[in-house]
Amino acid sequence: MARMKFLCDADRCIECNACVTACKNENEVPWGINRRRVVTLDDGKPGERSISMACMHCTDAPCAAVCPVNCFYTTADAVVLHSKDLCIGCGYCFYACPFGAPQYPKVTNFGSRGKMDKCTYCAGGPEADNTKEEYEKYGANRLAEGKLPLCAEMCSTKSLLAGDGDVIAQIYKARVAKRGYGSGAWGWQTAYRESIAT
Amino acid sequence: MAKVLAHMRLTAGALALAFVVATALPVAAQQPSSVNPTAAAVKEQQLLQQLKVIQGRGSIPDVKSYVLEHPAGREWREYRTVTLKWIGGIAILGILALLTLYYLTHGSMRIKAGRSGRKILRFNVFERFVHWLTGVTFVILGLTGLNITFGRSLILPWMGASTFSEWTEWGKFAHNYISFAFTTGVVLMFLIWVARNIPTGADIEWFKSGGGMFGGEEPPAPKFNGGEKLIFWLAMLGGAAVAVTGYILLFPFYGTDISSMELAQVVHSTVALLYVAAMFVHIYMGTIGVEGAFEAMNDGTVDVNWAKERHALWYEEEMQPGAAQGQAMRPAE
Repeated sequence: MARMKFLCDADRCIECNACVTACKNENEVPWGINRRRVVTLDDGKPGERSISMACMHCTDAPCAAVCPVNCFYTTADAVVLHSKDLCIGCGYCFYACPFGAPQYPKVTNFGSRGKMDKCTYCAGGPEADNTKEEYEKYGANRLAEGKLPLCAEMCSTKSLLAGDGDVIAQIYKARVAKRGYGSGAWGWQTAYRESIAT
Repeated sequence: MAKVLAHMRLTAGALALAFVVATALPVAAQQPSSVNPTAAAVKEQQLLQQLKVIQGRGSIPDVKSYVLEHPAGREWREYRTVTLKWIGGIAILGILALLTLYYLTHGSMRIKAGRSGRKILRFNVFERFVHWLTGVTFVILGLTGLNITFGRSLILPWMGASTFSEWTEWGKFAHNYISFAFTTGVVLMFLIWVARNIPTGADIEWFKSGGGMFGGEEPPAPKFNGGEKLIFWLAMLGGAAVAVTGYILLFPFYGTDISSMELAQVVHSTVALLYVAAMFVHIYMGTIGVEGAFEAMNDGTVDVNWAKERHALWYEEEMQPGAAQGQAMRPAE
């Protein structure tokens, strides 16, 4: 089995936000939630970089560790998913996540956030693959169809890579070797406790 | 005429071209032979070392999403999954063990002179209402709070995932809404009892002799002895701390961000667990620990001999001619 990861090559990202849009459309993400977003650092200054960020599907995921009802699970592909049936909307995963991935349909008071929603790596949820129930709660299950997450699949500059961690790390290394520079695999040290030596 | 105009146009064009080339040349001369566009680029490791949060700019309306990384969540995770459980486990089990040990070695504090059969009013109906409003809501808040911290390891395995999830969600809403009744209780309790809970020199004497709990005479105490005053102030300060941090968490992003909500959760849960541990002492003293004490919060009256032994100064005060409650003394039913 593969160990699925995301890698955003910040030297290629042109901040077109197509990954954000594709994700929202493919998964019918509720209003107000963005499972993926593009953050621009040092905007307008020399060395400005944009990074597309979503749930990184961490090794030893903090969200899963702090959940009071244990609603998270890790698939055989190392994708971190959760059950909206079990989620109580307490907000703890939101405190623990280093990437701001968990979001709620309502950002309201008195703990009435609703069920948490986050990137599923286009792998649905605990329901049977590609059923109506799964789609309504979690969105598409492209992984079950043998496809990779749409955000990475349709990235115009191939900045955002998805797939087995070793494979995408190899692609990134080759790119850095060829062009002579690279600002690193953003989030990898935090999410996977490893970085890509280039 | 046309010839002159064409000549002028040509001259102007040549001048403009010369100007463009002349100004562009120094720029071209400055370009290094090989370009490294990442020379000035932001580096993740550098940012993580300098800042607790890596934040940039985005183009979606959700401003919170402009935070790229916030690794401090890892520290909060360590607190919630490890540190808090040790604090809570040691505090609660430690207190229970000490109380059990004390009870087995010393037993209840009896009314030495036996019951007189005459009773005196200690807490009026409003005081009892405030006490039980606070007490009952405290128990609900405590149980639902402990469930959030320990439920996953202790209750979930035998309750099953979906039942546990449903009960915990109900518990969460109960915790959130009942907090208002609890806070009201704490505020009222402060107002009705603070005057009698100002620490005095007599409390020091009371603590020096261990309140008569470890043999020896209990020094004469006013309406609230040193131990009761300590519990009062723990309840007030603990109540204030859990209320303030709780409401911060109940209204997310009102002047807070993730880091301050993490801090609020740390304070809330640590204080709450120590609060629960402290209240075990209070519950013990109010029930099996001291004979005749529970009645004060049940029907509001205590035996006169209990009052003489436990709260001699208060008893004398009540017996003063003209004291409002002096007449309340009545035979036991």
